[in-house]
Amino acid sequence: MPDKDKEKKQGTNISRRNFLKGVGTGTVAATVAPSVLIGSEKAAEAQTEEAVASATIQLNINGKPYQVEVEARTTLLTVLRDGIDTSGTNIDLTGAKLICDRGECGGCTVMIDGKTVYACMMLAMDAQDKQITTVEGLADGDDLHPVQEAFVQHDALMCGFCTPGFVVSSAALLSENTKPTLEDIKVGLSGNTCRCGTYPFIFDAVKTASRKM
Amino acid sequence: MASWGEASESRLIGKRIPRLSGKDKVTGKAKYTFDINRPGMLYGRILRSEVAHANVVDLDLSEAEAMPGVKAVLPLVEVGRKIRYQGQEIAAVAAETDDIARDAIRRIRVDLEELPSVVTEADAMAENAPQIREDWVGNQSAPNVREEGDINAGFEQAAVEVEATYHAPVQTHVCLETHGHVAEWEDDENLTVWASTQGVFGVRNDLAGRFNLPANQVRVITEHMGGGFGSKFGPGVEGRTAADLARTTGRPVKLMLTRKAEHLVAGNRPSMTQHVRAGATSDGRIIAYDMKGYGTGGISSGAGFQAPYVYHVPNVRAERRNVTVNVGNQRAMRAPGHPQGAFAMDSLMDELAEKLGMNPLEFRRINDPSEVRQAQYTLGAQEIGWHRRNSVPGSGTSVKKHGIGVGSGQWGGGGGDGTQARVTINADGTVEAVTGTQDIGTGIRTAIAIIVAEELGLNPTDITVKVGDSGPGLPSGGSGGSQTTASVAPVIKTAAAAAKQKLFQRVAPQLEAPVEDLRVGNRTIYVVSDRTKTIKWELATGQLGMESISEGGHWDRELRQGGVAGTQFAEVEIDTETGAISVIKIVAVQDCGLAINRLTTESQINGGVIMGLGQALLEERFMDAQTGRMLNANLEDYKVPGTFEIPEIKSIVFDTHRKVTGVGEPPCIPTPGAIANAVYNAIGVRIRSLPITPDKILTALAEKKA
Ligand code: FES
Ligand code: FES
Repeated sequence: MPDKDKEKKQGTNISRRNFLKGVGTGTVAATVAPSVLIGSEKAAEAQTEEAVASATIQLNINGKPYQVEVEARTTLLTVLRDGIDTSGTNIDLTGAKLICDRGECGGCTVMIDGKTVYACMMLAMDAQDKQITTVEGLADGDDLHPVQEAFVQHDALMCGFCTPGFVVSSAALLSENTKPTLEDIKVGLSGNTCRCGTYPFIFDAVKTASRKM
Repeated sequence: MASWGEASESRLIGKRIPRLSGKDKVTGKAKYTFDINRPGMLYGRILRSEVAHANVVDLDLSEAEAMPGVKAVLPLVEVGRKIRYQGQEIAAVAAETDDIARDAIRRIRVDLEELPSVVTEADAMAENAPQIREDWVGNQSAPNVREEGDINAGFEQAAVEVEATYHAPVQTHVCLETHGHVAEWEDDENLTVWASTQGVFGVRNDLAGRFNLPANQVRVITEHMGGGFGSKFGPGVEGRTAADLARTTGRPVKLMLTRKAEHLVAGNRPSMTQHVRAGATSDGRIIAYDMKGYGTGGISSGAGFQAPYVYHVPNVRAERRNVTVNVGNQRAMRAPGHPQGAFAMDSLMDELAEKLGMNPLEFRRINDPSEVRQAQYTLGAQEIGWHRRNSVPGSGTSVKKHGIGVGSGQWGGGGGDGTQARVTINADGTVEAVTGTQDIGTGIRTAIAIIVAEELGLNPTDITVKVGDSGPGLPSGGSGGSQTTASVAPVIKTAAAAAKQKLFQRVAPQLEAPVEDLRVGNRTIYVVSDRTKTIKWELATGQLGMESISEGGHWDRELRQGGVAGTQFAEVEIDTETGAISVIKIVAVQDCGLAINRLTTESQINGGVIMGLGQALLEERFMDAQTGRMLNANLEDYKVPGTFEIPEIKSIVFDTHRKVTGVGEPPCIPTPGAIANAVYNAIGVRIRSLPITPDKILTALAEKKA
């Protein structure tokens, strides 16, 4: 979007440029739109505004096909969590979480054709014709994936909000490297963040799971 | 007298038991507030000020209101009022999708007349600083002064003195599930709210008050929640707004804070700056302590910290002030005031010991009145290999240098009265335990199951535990101050014991034995004096027919105790060329009283240590003085520990008695001090300001050389 347009769409009655000029010179009609965009906030800003044409796409999630109507800007994560299938059912796969909204925390990690991606950073349209696996798709019915079992056994979770992301990343790591060292595990899970501090037991769990796989 | 019995008699209590919610959490089934999806639900968003200080001149919601998909727009500030910090609420929107809600808040027009702001302590205290609070001269509160003994006399006895300034910046909670609610009205009189909260009943009572409803017409549910660390008590503006939007639209509304708002307005740990002068006698006693300090808790107050800390100092003068700035307010954060106070005190201890030519551990032994910590020093020193530390800090010629340090902490965690609970035994043999506490990730749900199962001779998985719901009307306090387990456990135990007693009374005639002779174990009730007389659990409960047994409990003080001591030892490695710091190992010796579940207790200790490590090495809120805005209100510039930062952590559950105590907070206290002292031991230069970053290390090393 060209810059000019964006200024208009801030929904304020002065342009950003005027705002910048005005700051600090007494009474100005200021705007709540950021006067300075910092770092990757730009990306977040650009993501918004002006819904564009929508389209109905098909997504294969955990081995099941879903038809959903999405906009160009709709992320895969939004579809998983809030999407409604054209048959009217909520997809409701809420295991993947939105935590940072910008590819920094791994809370939204899912697998696309076996590789981990941040679902908050992928557009739903780009996930067509691929196999999407979420944390809900890892267990085989009541049989937990070895990673899931080991997470429970080792208490590799506290509040558990980060846990689905860690479980998916760990499963992906073990599918590529069945005997990871501690260093491999740290690298493999470096895209995930846990605030409760469950890391030590996560490392133990991944080691235990690797022995079972 | 009630007791938890001897360790040898416990089948479950004190063992390592995986948490009951584990399976739901690893499969993605666990539903957090953020995951609640109600039929017809709308999405709420809040427009917040980007300006730190301003008058609201005009607010026009009409354009947003006119957007397709927008169902309600509510003002959250009045024209003519002031904005006092970045992130302050201006208006809220409810719309059919989250994307529409986000578009809509950008169509709200607000005119702000910007006022001069101050967002750093230094700017706030500067001469001619704009006064942002009329009642505080120079943007500072009146000092809070504590005096003990006679510091002048104390300094006269001192053989050595240290004078230093220690600083810890503001840290934010970074709950991974942001603050948020889903509000749904059944009619105008009945409200259900899913809340990401540490206090189900607190939220209920607040909202009932706001809407003038009888408390039992508001139901608050927190089945799972993604972290609070002290910041999630009460519904806050966002919770009340969610309920307002739901009422206005007649539809359920989900309103979660954005990550940015979470940093800006959902609380933080206040900063601390202290100038200390302290003296010690030649035989190693701290004798005088004179401290002037301040901190900021944002636009309001609350920037207290502990000074002096844990060690015995006979002559004290400690003066603290709050500094107010145009930034979102502090909230309690894991052991409020303690980790920063401990960092300063433990740094000071090492500086005094060095002046005396004493081993810092010996110096602590002389000055620490806690018998528990005395024992912990011995154990921790062995575990870390204290003898391996640099006898001359900073010595050696290698590029990578190792150091070892120690720090201490103290906490309460003895719980309180006020929890109601019910343990029910049904005719089909199932057992249910219900109370209004909430599991904020600490594992109280599992602890409850363990206690009931131990009492009734069952397994924890046999017990259905219902927490996090005000619906059953069994109140419990908020999960703060590490009080939950010690508040809840005694009530659950006495309720389970009462239920068991009732069941025994039922079957005693059949077993031809007095009730006192009955025991239960392994799903069987038996007579202790004649073990051939037994009745299977299901057969016993089967006789209850339609009447379940349902008993309450009481808070038996004898079952809990407050006051926990902790000590941590840290080993670090520092690359003197890059300034990179890696923590190699932390030994955390944590007084835990009776740990109901050793596994989840170890998780708590690990978690505390890791949060303390973040405070020591990574975390700092950066404010831009020019724009009044936070520069790192996200997760890439505000660093919390990730996998690479995690050292080997040896969490030692140090049980000193068989009474229940909470340990959610204390393990984060000693970590920054222990790491700071280890850094000094490695490089021989002291970093007195947190976080200890590579640039500070390199600067300090360069200054030492010069
Ligand atoms: S929410 Fe996607 S990486 Fe953080
Ligand atoms: S378990 Fe709470 S954030 Fe990881």
